[in-house]
Parts: sequence; C-alpha cells; structure tokens
Amino acid sequence: MSATTNTGLSRLQLWLALGAGAVSVLGLALALVAGDAPVHLLAFLLLGTATLLRLRLPVPLWIDGLLMLMGAIALLLTLPLFVAEPSYFWLALLACWAFAWLFVERLSQAIRTRQLSGRVFGLLIPVLFGVALLFIWEVVTRGANVPQVLLPAPSQIWTRLLASVPTLVADFQQTFLKAVLAGYAMGCGAGFIVAILVDRSPFLKRGLLPIGNFVSALPIIGIAPIMVMWFGFDWQSKAAVVVAMTFFPMLVNTVAGLNQASSIERDLMRTYAASYSQTLLKLRLPAAAPFIFNALKINSTLALIGAIVAEFFGTPIVGMGFRISTEVGKLNIDLVWAEIAVAAVAGSAFYGVIALIERAVTFWHPSVRGGRA
Amino acid sequence: MQQLLAGKTAPILIVLLAIGLFWYAAAIWMNAPWQTTLNQRAGLENVSATEFIGQTWSQDKPVLPAPHQVAGEIWNATVGTDIASKRSLAYHASITLSATLLGFALGTLLGIGLAVVIVHNDASERSLMPWIIASQTIPILAIAPMVVVGLGAVGVTGLLPKALISMYLSFFPVVVGMVKGLRTPEAIQLDLMHTYSATPWQVFSKLRWPASIPFLFASMKVGVAISLIGAVVGELSNNAGGGLGVRLLTGSYNGQTIQIWAALFIAAALAAVLVIAVGAAEKLANRAMGVRA
Repeated sequence: MSATTNTGLSRLQLWLALGAGAVSVLGLALALVAGDAPVHLLAFLLLGTATLLRLRLPVPLWIDGLLMLMGAIALLLTLPLFVAEPSYFWLALLACWAFAWLFVERLSQAIRTRQLSGRVFGLLIPVLFGVALLFIWEVVTRGANVPQVLLPAPSQIWTRLLASVPTLVADFQQTFLKAVLAGYAMGCGAGFIVAILVDRSPFLKRGLLPIGNFVSALPIIGIAPIMVMWFGFDWQSKAAVVVAMTFFPMLVNTVAGLNQASSIERDLMRTYAASYSQTLLKLRLPAAAPFIFNALKINSTLALIGAIVAEFFGTPIVGMGFRISTEVGKLNIDLVWAEIAVAAVAGSAFYGVIALIERAVTFWHPSVRGGRA
Repeated sequence: MQQLLAGKTAPILIVLLAIGLFWYAAAIWMNAPWQTTLNQRAGLENVSATEFIGQTWSQDKPVLPAPHQVAGEIWNATVGTDIASKRSLAYHASITLSATLLGFALGTLLGIGLAVVIVHNDASERSLMPWIIASQTIPILAIAPMVVVGLGAVGVTGLLPKALISMYLSFFPVVVGMVKGLRTPEAIQLDLMHTYSATPWQVFSKLRWPASIPFLFASMKVGVAISLIGAVVGELSNNAGGGLGVRLLTGSYNGQTIQIWAALFIAAALAAVLVIAVGAAEKLANRAMGVRA
C-alpha cells in the first residue's frame, strides 16, 4: 500500500508502470549485448528504464505520454534497418505499448477525478487508441514480415489507395452514387408510404407487422442472384436488392413511431377539430421522427452492404463489390483494403449526415437536448 | 369470427394468402414472354388460357418459379435426397448452420468479454466504445471474401473463416447491448452491495450479470440473424466448401432459379428457427430466474 500512496497510482497503473520499466531494462540489456541497436532506440529504452524512479518520486502523466510518442518514433525509425527485427525491438514495442496504456489509464483517471477537462481530453483517448492500433498493425506486419496476402501494412494500403484513385472513384460512383443512393431512396420512401397507408387499417397493421419483423431477421441479401437475373448486371439490380433490404426496417419503425403520440395528445388534436392529415402532419409524424431516423440510420449501413454483396453475383467491370471479389482472386489484397477503406469512409459519412439531419429535425427529443447541454 | 379477426393469427394468414396469390399472378406475368417463345418454337398454336397458365407455372428455369415449384424442390432436395449427397439441401444447410453457430458462440463470448472489460475499466471504455459504435456504420461484410481467401492462403480453410466472419458480425450487438445491460443496476443497488461488503466478483455475479440477461437475449436475437448472413456471404467466396451460399452462387451461374429460391427459403427457415431458439432459451432463462411473464 505504501507504494500506492507514494506514487499516486492505482494498482493496475502500478503494475503497468513496473511492467513498462522492467521490459525497458530487459530490452536495454539485450540491445547492449547485441551491440547493433540504433541510438534512438537505445535512448528510448534508457529513458524507459529511468521511469522506474517513479517508485521514489512522482512522475507526471505527460512523461508517460511523451515516452509513448518517443518510443513510437524510435520504433518506426528502426523498422527499415533490419530484415528480421531483433528481440529487443519487440521488447521496445511492448514497453511502448505499456507506456501508452499507462498514459491512457492515468488520463482517464484524471478526467474522472476532474483534474482535466473531459471535453478536450476525452476525445484524445479514442483517437490515441485508433492511432495506436494503426501503429501496431504497421510495425507488426512490417517487422514480422507478415505475408502481404494475409494482411498488408497500412502504409502499403495508403500508397495503393493514392495510386489507384481513378479506379476507386469509378467504383464509388457505380456502387454508391448509383446503386446505394437510388435503392436507399426508393426503399425508404416505399417503406414510409406503405407504413402510412397500413397505419389507417388496424387489421393490416396486425397482419403486416409480425411479417415485417420476421422478414427483417431474414438473410434478404440472398435475393441478390434473383435480382441480377431480373434487372440485369448494371446498378439497377443492386438498387433492387437495396430496396428489398431497406423496405422492412423502415416499414416496421415508421408504424411503431406513428403509435408514439399518446392518446391525450390525440384527444387534444380532436378538440381542435383537426383532420386526419392535420393530426398526421402536426402531431404523429413529428412524434415518429426518432423512429424514422433510427430506420434511416440502420438502413444506411444495410444499403451499402446490400449493394456491395449483390455485386459479388455479377456486375459490369466496375463497382466496389466487383473490385473486392476480383482483386481478392488476384491476391491484390492491398487494393481490396483500399476499397474497404473507401467503403468505411463512405458508410461513416453517410451515417454521419443522417445523424446530423436527425439532430436538426428532432431537436426537441430528450436524447438530443441531453447531448447538447 | 369477430374474435378471430381481432387477434393476430387471422390477419397474418390473410396477408400471407394475399402474398401467395400475388406471387402466382406475378409468375404468370413474368414467365409468359418466355413461354410464348417456347410455344412458338414448338409449333404449338391455340394454347388455351388455362393450359398456358399451367405451363408458366411449370417451366424448367422460370424467371419467377411458382411457390409449389419451390416447395417441390425443397422437398426433393431435403427428404427426397440422401443427406450425405452434395445435392441435398439438408447437407448444405448443415454446413451453413455449423459455421453460423460456431461464429455466433465465439461472437457472443467475445462480446460479453469486451462488455465486462468496458464496464469495469474507464480507460478501455473511453478508447473502445467510440470505435465499436463507429464500426457499426462500416459495411463489414465487404471483407468476407478477403478473410476467406487470406486465411485460405495460409492454410486455414473450412469452417473457421466463415465462423470468423459470423463472429465479427455478431459481436457488435452483444457488446453494445451488454454494456447497457451491465450498467442497468442503479447506484442504490450498487450501494447496497457495498454495505454487504461484496467483492467485485460478487457484485458482478449477483447483481450486474442477472440484470443484464434481458439485454443479452435481445442482442443475441439480432446477433444470430446476422451470423447466418455472415456465414452465407462467407460461402460466396469459397465454392468448394458447400453451404447455402454456394447453392445460391451455383444456382445463379447456371440459371437454376428454382434452386436459388429453394436455398433462399431454407436460409430463411434457418434464420427463423435460430431466432425462435434464442427466444425459447430466453423464456427458459427467465423462468429459471423467476421472472413473471
């Protein structure tokens, strides 16, 4: 317990600190024995060893962050020097990772105890995690010579992405701008209109809703080969798959949302002698908006998946799914990853745009108001 | 009659009946052009309307097979064929099912494990949660062919690559649901455990875990459905392995529409059975935990 009070570290943090220091000592010893270690790596390991002094005097958390950064740079500089990385290199990676974890652990503790602002530094942690993941991916794939067909390094993927921008743009246009957007608009629109029609008949509602819920759980993506036969190889067949995939979530969510307005609110509309369409437009649709946007968000992901997978079944020689399936066959895995990176960015941006519209439209909803306060 | 209509069964049956009728009508309409060509080639003239309709419902490779054709194919390919045979749909369904279940089990375990870590460690929540949510917006299924081929290149083939895709898809809903579920105990309940001087493990096993069970089953229902999708899509990239996805793919290459529809319906039935099984497990768990319906 005395160590805990001296250093101001929790038990997990103390173990991490001791581990980082011990690994640094071991790495330093091995590096000195081997004698071929570059200066920057030696400096990092030496400073890492020096942090063991924290058992005597407190070390601010920024030192851990700085060590993490320094270790990362030293590792990246060492990477091209060897064909097969020596053991102290991996120990340095381990130490660097331990410093990163310790830093994040101490940072989140500082945020929890309100020593640091959560708004600024809370964002730093996930960013750091993402960068660390990319970094470890890069160092491990290049350092351990992972076969490129299994996993290319991020830097390789990035160069490939820059080199094949025209291909990627053409694929993006074919899949996203044509198939996904058209199918998404038609599927969500149809689901919305059918939901409003169905809503007028309680009988249909009872009959269609369980079926709609059931269909939502089915592997609808399997209709892709049928749609390719019906609508041909071009984007129309992919849009048809997207329509089928997005229709039911929209239908089910809109019908559920239209039931959200409470009877007391409907009674109020009745005392105003509001017509059906007035009640619908002024009360029930706004009340249903959170549900409708939920469906729109679910569908944004589904639409992209549907269009990409449908292209596995046949397409003109352009499109994200086509590129992925053919380049995998040619073992051009870095181009596949580049395509996936584009798909990921497109998917997140699509989702983000809808989430922004949702915030603007459902500004009155508790979840949005709570988010702003 | 009034009572019957007020329930759910009658409306569902009527809607299903309407879909069936619509399907038969669409089959006539969509198959008619090709049937006319066929009849002209065969030199058949003056085919009566009923005979023509019968013809459109019994083509070899129809644009839209009639429901009874699909049902017949399912019957032939399951009951009528030896299970070990490669033409048996039961054989292919069992391959897909085993990949789905393995992936689903792995995904659920991984999801629960991650959720436990996230709930108990502040730093990992701050680092992991935003990425887990962001990854929901990414079309993950697109990596399926790469996983299959990449792992195949280093010698991992068969069930595992497909199961990994299923795992990858099914762990997201479990993490998100379980983090919510493990957080449902209120401060007052946690305080009570504190006054009992309960260890962290006791707090977890006696309070957090039981409180999260409803969330676990809700997530598992979503997870099992997308596990199946993952397994089917994983099969699209590996023609040799067999499975419902391979049936879809070979059917689409050979224009065997009836085969595609049969595989599709088996996949749908599989999804339904899996979701219902998770629902049944939920009921059993609820009863064992003394939840009143």
